[in-house]
Amino acid sequence: MTAGVETPRQGSTDRLWTARIAQHVRKNGLQYGIIGVLFGLWLLFIAGAPNTFLKPDIYRALMTSVPYWGVIALPLTMVIIAGDIDLSFISIMAVGMVAFWQVYEWTGSLGVAFVGCLTVGFLVGLLNGIIIVRLGIPALIATIGTQFFWRGVVEVIRGGQGESLVLTKGTILRDSLVGKINGYFPAQVIWMVLIGIAVWMLLNRHKFGAHVYLIGDNENSARLMGVNVERTRMLLFALVGLAAAFGGIIQSVDVWYFWPNLGEGYLMNTLAAVFLGGTSVFGGTGTILGTFVGCFIIGAIQPGIIAIGLTGYWTKLIYGLIITVSVAMHTILRKRIS
Amino acid sequence: MGNILEMRGVCKSFGEVQSLSDIDFRVCENEIVGLLGDNGAGKSTLIKIITGYHRPDRGEIHFHGRKVENLTVPKARALGVETVYQERALADLQTLWRNIFLGRELCNRAGFLDVSKMKRETHRLMVEAMEYTSSAVNPDAVIKTFSGGEKQGVAITRALYFHAELVILDEPTMGLSLQETRKLIDFVRGIKSAGKSAIFIDHNVFHVYSVADRVVVLDRGRVAGEFLTRDITLDDLMEKMYRVAQTGSLD
Ligand SMILES: Nc1ncnc2c1ncn2[C@@H]1O[C@H](COP(=O)(O)OP(=O)(O)O)[C@@H](O)[C@H]1O
Ligand SMILES: [Mg+2]
Repeated sequence: MTAGVETPRQGSTDRLWTARIAQHVRKNGLQYGIIGVLFGLWLLFIAGAPNTFLKPDIYRALMTSVPYWGVIALPLTMVIIAGDIDLSFISIMAVGMVAFWQVYEWTGSLGVAFVGCLTVGFLVGLLNGIIIVRLGIPALIATIGTQFFWRGVVEVIRGGQGESLVLTKGTILRDSLVGKINGYFPAQVIWMVLIGIAVWMLLNRHKFGAHVYLIGDNENSARLMGVNVERTRMLLFALVGLAAAFGGIIQSVDVWYFWPNLGEGYLMNTLAAVFLGGTSVFGGTGTILGTFVGCFIIGAIQPGIIAIGLTGYWTKLIYGLIITVSVAMHTILRKRIS
Repeated sequence: MGNILEMRGVCKSFGEVQSLSDIDFRVCENEIVGLLGDNGAGKSTLIKIITGYHRPDRGEIHFHGRKVENLTVPKARALGVETVYQERALADLQTLWRNIFLGRELCNRAGFLDVSKMKRETHRLMVEAMEYTSSAVNPDAVIKTFSGGEKQGVAITRALYFHAELVILDEPTMGLSLQETRKLIDFVRGIKSAGKSAIFIDHNVFHVYSVADRVVVLDRGRVAGEFLTRDITLDDLMEKMYRVAQTGSLD
């Protein structure tokens, strides 16, 4: 029994160091990989469209729109690490805004309405978790169902009607959610960074995150060793719901209008960012940094393609190519490692 | 000597399969109990009831003379039960230190992990308990790269860390080399001399006989009989095991 031992010969500390470095690269290789992809793509875009990519506007545009769904990709990463999936968050974005507007009409307070929005997002997510965990329905199927159901609820309640949010102009709510810091930085990108740090802490430095990895890696081992698998999984879906409501309100307030189809079009971006970031669809591995970088890569592809002079028709093709190639790379790398 | 564990009239079935019927079982203080029986006799099911993983359909469980209702894995661990499961219960993609503290992470009141302490303790354990060279132990190594024997070593080290009152070992020698097996047997003797108790399950009657104070024979979900090892020779025990397998009865 020699667990964790790389039998060193006398005085061969060099060899030991090489082994440690190799192990570090092995452990963090995927993260270096994704950062490499980001820089490669960036240089490509600068070379192809210097007029766009050497000016600040494009970066401001990315920092404005990526957080709408990027804040959801972060907790969604934890769901996928735990071996689950959620496809319903795009509808929860809109449900949160319906709640926001209802509560605002009842109370006349934007602050209370904001809390109501987040609470409803959390609860709708928790309901996903309860359906999936208590009834044992696979998450993929359950959240296809709830995606339709909650979109339907929004459409029935709103009757297809949107709502102007001009009344948020000059309020603390709007300034703190989407205000421009120094006249340049959109506040939502700061929120995305903060949420990224919080989720990273939760996943890597908290018991909850330790259990998330365990459940995705080997659920039976987690149960045998006394991990509360049910509670952890349910809470994960609730966190995605919470983030979806937050993403929904950021987007709506930023464009001054709540569209009842809010969230449509974000499903593939968000999932692609998580998988591009190196999170395994089989569960047990994945990183928050990877997802964070993945979000900006996905966000940059479309404007990048247009800026270098290809027509928008190329967007999906290149999306597909980058996603397929990088996920294939991750899979091959992972096999090499094992 | 008092019982640290006692089960009375415990039954467990999975659908149509009656895995355990009307089991009475006990473990005394500072006693090594060997559990013998054919494949499917119900040994693993029995110990998983003790660890709180399975809920019995009927029957009572007492720890230190006190009845425990709704036993769960965390409750059993808090009562001093540590287990090396037959399926090992490791997480292959995670690091050594995470596996050692699986489900029992060292953390503060708010649940934040003390990562450096867990790595330090992992290192200390591997060196002290498993006798590895200090520079060679790496708490950050991923378990997947370990051999079968190494993984078993991790599962055993883990059971050791938490100063269990009762260590349960379910077929721990499976996949071990001869030398590793000898080390394991020494480890079980160490439990005895440390004043603790153990339940030891193994296919090899000789292994069980050589460490156990008492042997309990399970057959098709029932206790077929039990012997103090000092009252029976190994040959007699083998003979009885053979008869149980043939006729379902010891005599
Ligand atoms: N989780 C389970 N679901 C269904 N049947 C089970 C389960 N666990 C054990 N069994 C059945 O219970 C019986 C006893 O199994 P087990 O306790 O594993 O025996 P042993 O450890 O003595 O080989 C077997 O017939 C087995 O198929
Ligand atoms: Mg068994």
